[in-house]
Amino acid sequence: MSGSLSPLNEKAPPAISLRNLRVSYGDREILHGVSFDVQQGETLVILGGSGSGKSTLLRTLVGLERPTSGEIWIKGKNLATVSNDDLDYIRRHMGMSFQGGALFGSMTVGENVALPLREHTKLEDPTIDIMLRLKLDQVGLSGYEDYLPSQLSGGMKKRAAVARALAMDPEILFFDEPSAGLDPIIAAGIDELILELKQAFHMTIIVVTHELASAFLIADRMVLINKGDVVALGTAEEMRTSTHPRVRQFLDRIAEPAVSQELDYLQMLTEERHGNRR
Amino acid sequence: MELAVQLGQTVLNALAYLGSLATLSFRAAYYTLVAPFQGKPVRMQRAVTQAMQVGVRALPILSLITFFIGLILALQAAYELKKFGAMNFVASAVAISMSRELGPLITAIVVIGRSGSSFAAEIGTMKVTEELDALETMAINPIRFLVTPKFIAMVIMLPCLTIWANAMGVLGGSLFGVTKAGFTFLSYLNATADALFLRDIVSGLIKSFMFGITITAVGCQEGLSTGAGAEQVGRSTTSAVVISIFLVIAVDLVFTAMFFFLGGQ
Repeated sequence: MSGSLSPLNEKAPPAISLRNLRVSYGDREILHGVSFDVQQGETLVILGGSGSGKSTLLRTLVGLERPTSGEIWIKGKNLATVSNDDLDYIRRHMGMSFQGGALFGSMTVGENVALPLREHTKLEDPTIDIMLRLKLDQVGLSGYEDYLPSQLSGGMKKRAAVARALAMDPEILFFDEPSAGLDPIIAAGIDELILELKQAFHMTIIVVTHELASAFLIADRMVLINKGDVVALGTAEEMRTSTHPRVRQFLDRIAEPAVSQELDYLQMLTEERHGNRR
Repeated sequence: MELAVQLGQTVLNALAYLGSLATLSFRAAYYTLVAPFQGKPVRMQRAVTQAMQVGVRALPILSLITFFIGLILALQAAYELKKFGAMNFVASAVAISMSRELGPLITAIVVIGRSGSSFAAEIGTMKVTEELDALETMAINPIRFLVTPKFIAMVIMLPCLTIWANAMGVLGGSLFGVTKAGFTFLSYLNATADALFLRDIVSGLIKSFMFGITITAVGCQEGLSTGAGAEQVGRSTTSAVVISIFLVIAVDLVFTAMFFFLGGQ
């Protein structure tokens, strides 16, 4: 899929580079030293069960959590030690689509999408209007600019959130559980949207999910996180044929989702009780 | 020993909380007064919307409450003044109690109920639904975007509401004055004007300005510190109201004492 891109990418520096990243909430360490690179223009899917630390990893990548140690290099800056101004600079080149959309309830869809443009650019209203329509068109929501988020369905909210994330033409786009809470058909639509964005803009896309079907559809590479560690990192094919016990366990769990969640939960509880492993 | 440790911890927590309120207020002041000169303009449109919500929409209920308070004050004052045959002092009793104390205080309490609670609920809900995180990932500072317009609206509208409340209180007092104390409406107003000094009104307005800062800081701080989950929003809203009422009265005490000792009265 990205075959035509890869020769170019190998020369380019990675879009994101993680070096021995550790993140803690209070005394509890969530990520125990995560290292990997995300190449420019690739779609990386971060897989993991509940409580694996994948959401924390995503929050750290967008600067919502500060790591306790380690490095995150994005656009030549280390997010772990960056100043607030530099963090804002990096964030203007990133877009994030939150799990529930996180649209501002008091603003229309149009105002939501136009907000970053109004805040960060000096564009005139007519220009913003045109850009707004372009963005809504890209996510298949043309004509919905005057709707309030509460008037949209779950899938439309996600699309609107993607439009807002695209507003500043980001270089890196993050998705938190893009298909969570959606029926399979709508979820497939979101997957398709991600694929379209990838083909149209060659953006670096990072998706956190536990939906395997969606992951295998959109990913160039996948990374499996378990209990705060990277278990495996590779292409979809490499993951599918992997013999690593954790990978197999994760991939084979799809047959019994209810039980697997319970197991995850129990595992998380016992982990908490025993405290940090390191 | 245990008790002393607990007491110490409580005092430390209280001081830390006051510190967080002060930090929030100073950051809002920075975004209002300093940042516009560094090319980060204030969101005036949002401040105006907030001012409508905080101020104009509060007028009907505030008018009714302070009208009653003025009337109650007149009745209570008359109960004592009647004994001395000094019913003509009803007007000044109402005017001074309203403008120095009850006008600012009742206004603050009405605004806490209407707006302080809604600040906490609004920001708390935004926290729970990741909207605050979304603002941050868009490189939009939530303090500048959300909190600062509320501060601007509040410190402008609360003194305005207080003036209105004072007037409604006097009007309430005049109902008694005209019907039971031998005033005409005009003579009641004249007696009110004679009794009031500018410092009475100004001291009330200074208080209401401080109340505005207190209410906004508590409401926003409670909203920002909301934990995960919808029930936490309810908790934040409740504590915003309780803490605001307590702190407004504490601020009232401090400023009343200050005016008393510094004013040489």
